Amino acid sequence: MSRENVLVSAAWSEENLQAPGVVFAEVDEDTTAYEGGHIPGAVRIDWKTELQDPVRRDFIDREGFEKLLSAKGISNDDTVVLYGGNNNWFAAYAYWYFKLYGHTNVKLLDGGRKKWELDGRPLDKEEVVRAATSYTAQEQDLSIRAFRDEVVDAIGNKNLVDVRSPDEFSGKLLAPAHLPQEQAQRGGHIPSAVNVPWSKAANEDGTFKSDDELRALYAEAGFDGSRKTIAYCRIGERSSHTWFALRELLGHEDVKNYDGSWTEYGSLIGVPIELGSGKEA
Amino acid sequence: MTNGCGAPAQGGTIEVSTTETVLEGKVLSSGTPVGGAFVRLLDSTGEFTAEVVTSPEGDFRFFAAPGSWTVRALHRSGNGQADVSASGPGVHAVEIAVA
Repeated sequence: MSRENVLVSAAWSEENLQAPGVVFAEVDEDTTAYEGGHIPGAVRIDWKTELQDPVRRDFIDREGFEKLLSAKGISNDDTVVLYGGNNNWFAAYAYWYFKLYGHTNVKLLDGGRKKWELDGRPLDKEEVVRAATSYTAQEQDLSIRAFRDEVVDAIGNKNLVDVRSPDEFSGKLLAPAHLPQEQAQRGGHIPSAVNVPWSKAANEDGTFKSDDELRALYAEAGFDGSRKTIAYCRIGERSSHTWFALRELLGHEDVKNYDGSWTEYGSLIGVPIELGSGKEA
Repeated sequence: MTNGCGAPAQGGTIEVSTTETVLEGKVLSSGTPVGGAFVRLLDSTGEFTAEVVTSPEGDFRFFAAPGSWTVRALHRSGNGQADVSASGPGVHAVEIAVA
């Protein structure tokens, strides 16, 4: 896997806004950013109301994904370029999600909205209407999605990469520091996990660090390239960012994202929890 | 349904419980509030902790813990940062000038 196949720059994107077969999509949890101005021609995907099942705690099913992409005017052979706020967390989540349902050509806009805005590139408020398509999704590719039993079984034998902040990892905070801290689950981390905050994989402007910097980062944290890997965070979007770095940029083959993440694990009865800084050097 | 990790709306006033340590303030450029700035909360070692985007009135807010913090703002008009020390729970005010 090479960087050029999975990541596009803001400069490339601005030159290819009108390119046939390329669809830009903004993905966020809070979609007011899109309404205030989006990349010209970009469609919107609402992480909360469109990608999550409204009742069960799970994703929309295959048929739901087909309907969603058809309505957005995205074809199976389109190249989808995803971007968003929050350092591309939700865009990375959507990237993983598109891969889960077998979309062939999907890329992340390096740096997302932040880089685009810091560069002073154009945004507009035009309504984007694309002709509906007839999209066909695949069954979920479970080689990239981890569930809880598999995570418990992985303790001590797979790389468990906890990408939350050090204070969330140690159990001091239950959520990122821009959120209120009232949560039901216990604090801490999965035993044997290493703590490599997602932010270490990104530069200040939201772009990914170089492959060499990323390799050094994970090696230093005790990441074992010969082992299988599961990444997790609180709800699975920051870990999608790290999943992208490990699998799509660095080319590690067996890397799964645990989307249940700490909100699920920290609420389970009877599973082991480790407190403090753990194995972090 | 679990809410995501996206930041809530910035600005306004909130109820702060007796256990919460809140850092909040504005990003200013020559005294004028800067909306749409990216504000990063860094811990005492300079490690990234969280990031929010300022409201149109330049407001930002973090739910942190007692200790020493740095808040750093990025905007296409310029960058800036400020240090803030939170002695304990409560609301701690801090302003950041960008240039």
